[in-house]
Amino acid sequence: MGIIKAIKLTYDYIKRDEEGNPDGVKRAVDHVDIDIEAGEFVAVLGHNGSGKSTLAKHMNALLLPTEGTIFIGEKDTSDEDNLWDVRKTAGMVFQNPDNQIIGTVVEEDVGFGPENIGVPTEEIWKRVDESLKAVGMTAYRYHSPNKLSGGQKQRVAIAGVMAMRPKCIVLDEPTAMLDPNGRKEVLRTVRELNRKEHITVVLITHYMEEVIEADRVFVMDDGRIVMEGTPQEVFGRTQEMKDYRLDVPQVTELSWELKQDGLPLSDGILTIDQFVDEIMELYNGGNGRGDAGAVEAPGMETAQR
Amino acid sequence: MIRDITIGQYYQTESVLHRLDPRTKLMGTLVFIISMFLADTWIGYALSAVYLAAIIRLSHVPVSFIVRGLKAVMILLLISVGFNLFLTNGEHEIISFWIFHITWEGIRQAFFMAIRLIFLIMGSSLMTLTTTPNQLTDGLETGLGWMKKLHVPVHEISMMMSIALRFIPILVDETDKIMKAQMARGADFESGNLIERAKSLVPILVPLFISSFRRATDLAMAMEARCYHGGENRTRMKPLRYENRDRLAYLVMAFYMAAMIALRSLL
Ligand SMILES: Nc1ncnc2c1ncn2[C@@H]1O[C@H](COP(=O)(O)OP(=O)(O)O)[C@@H](O)[C@H]1O
Ligand SMILES: [Mg+2]
Repeated sequence: MGIIKAIKLTYDYIKRDEEGNPDGVKRAVDHVDIDIEAGEFVAVLGHNGSGKSTLAKHMNALLLPTEGTIFIGEKDTSDEDNLWDVRKTAGMVFQNPDNQIIGTVVEEDVGFGPENIGVPTEEIWKRVDESLKAVGMTAYRYHSPNKLSGGQKQRVAIAGVMAMRPKCIVLDEPTAMLDPNGRKEVLRTVRELNRKEHITVVLITHYMEEVIEADRVFVMDDGRIVMEGTPQEVFGRTQEMKDYRLDVPQVTELSWELKQDGLPLSDGILTIDQFVDEIMELYNGGNGRGDAGAVEAPGMETAQR
Repeated sequence: MIRDITIGQYYQTESVLHRLDPRTKLMGTLVFIISMFLADTWIGYALSAVYLAAIIRLSHVPVSFIVRGLKAVMILLLISVGFNLFLTNGEHEIISFWIFHITWEGIRQAFFMAIRLIFLIMGSSLMTLTTTPNQLTDGLETGLGWMKKLHVPVHEISMMMSIALRFIPILVDETDKIMKAQMARGADFESGNLIERAKSLVPILVPLFISSFRRATDLAMAMEARCYHGGENRTRMKPLRYENRDRLAYLVMAFYMAAMIALRSLL
């Protein structure tokens, strides 16, 4: 069993009318089966309202399943005795950086989690030092979070989770409110934690570029997992992605369009380098073949732009 | 304008005042507030002025920063000065018209009232300027720990306070943004009579409330995710311990208080 395992996980929100009486339910997560191994970097994609956040909240026992089960570190989240173990195993980072920082000084915020789980004082300091170092925020430890950039705030939030020594971090659209630089910063931090500290990462996002380096991608639509595979496999099914109202990375889209027009490119090209390589190969090969070069020329121009 | 509110803000720098135990500073603030109500002579006020000036020096917080905090309470200050100035009865009348009398006693009273308020605000903002809300919380929680026996939710109250303090700057920023957004749409907050102006605040308050509720929900969830479950079994990253400097500070406070009481009873 992996570190996160959901079996037929289902969650219904109860809809209420004006007077607050229940009237119907909204099924936000619908019979989801996932099994995530320790150390994996998993991305979850899906358009707004597809149930990503609802799924994420189950990984931290913030919500409990209506039907089905979810195990975190082999512990059933529905069992109240497991609550603290579950939350210690899987930490959670949210979208809005301002609304998850409790402390008024960076280091105090990072210490908040360990304080809550009763870690002795000296050990808290050790953990705070280590966590700040891991996210590269040691220089800002005495600063007020209000004065930091969005990317830095999210890194503080990540440090706050790391200080609880989780095996797994669940990030729910951590970059949605950041500028491109902040996004890169946060993503680099997450990737490093995954590689160096072997933290299992579940990254929820709707930025395609952030998914490329994941080991595995889940695509959600209307509460269900509709696609699963490596980024290449998932983006390779470009038409299907479009049907789920999802974009694919620009190069993938471009090579897909070119392929539709008859160029023999492979499916799911994810990087510009790979795209250029394939085009060059075609071009050189094409030159040898003679008149085929005329077809490739537009592709070359686009690639260089 | 709205950014000028320094009450409740923390000013980050290195000073002995910053390092004092928050309980000491809480007690110090209390002592200072009481002393301001004891003072009723020129010498009394002079002594508190010197005392306050010395503490401000020690705090390494720029005076201009502290003074800026006064702007926010200027209106309150003017009103109370006005009342004292015009409505104090006394023997040495200078000007008198309708129900207003300006007397020497009134001027004296108004002047003292102004000084008292200014000192009170400066003194208590010095407390928050040199203490992080978390320390303040810890100080309150530990200092008032005995009240738990009376079933007063000390931890919860102090946590509420510290969160409120943390979100003041954020909400101030947000108010500013909302105001600008509404102004860009033609909202006018400056003209019209009092009722019209009050009405024009509605489009600011409604979005501010909604977003605050949202923030509260988010924050509650983030705190829960980080295993927050009230004050039970919680450890401290920065446990409170009295040092020599705190003992010295208590001593200074005691002498100051004694002097103020002496001045009041002697003069
Ligand atoms: N608190 C709630 N009450 C009722 N319905 C909700 C609530 N939160 C989310 N939903 C509904 O559940 C569905 C999934 O929401 P969510 O998990 O937030 O999606 P995502 O994070 O992918 O945007 C949406 O249709 C949303 O309207
Ligand atoms: Mg969401």
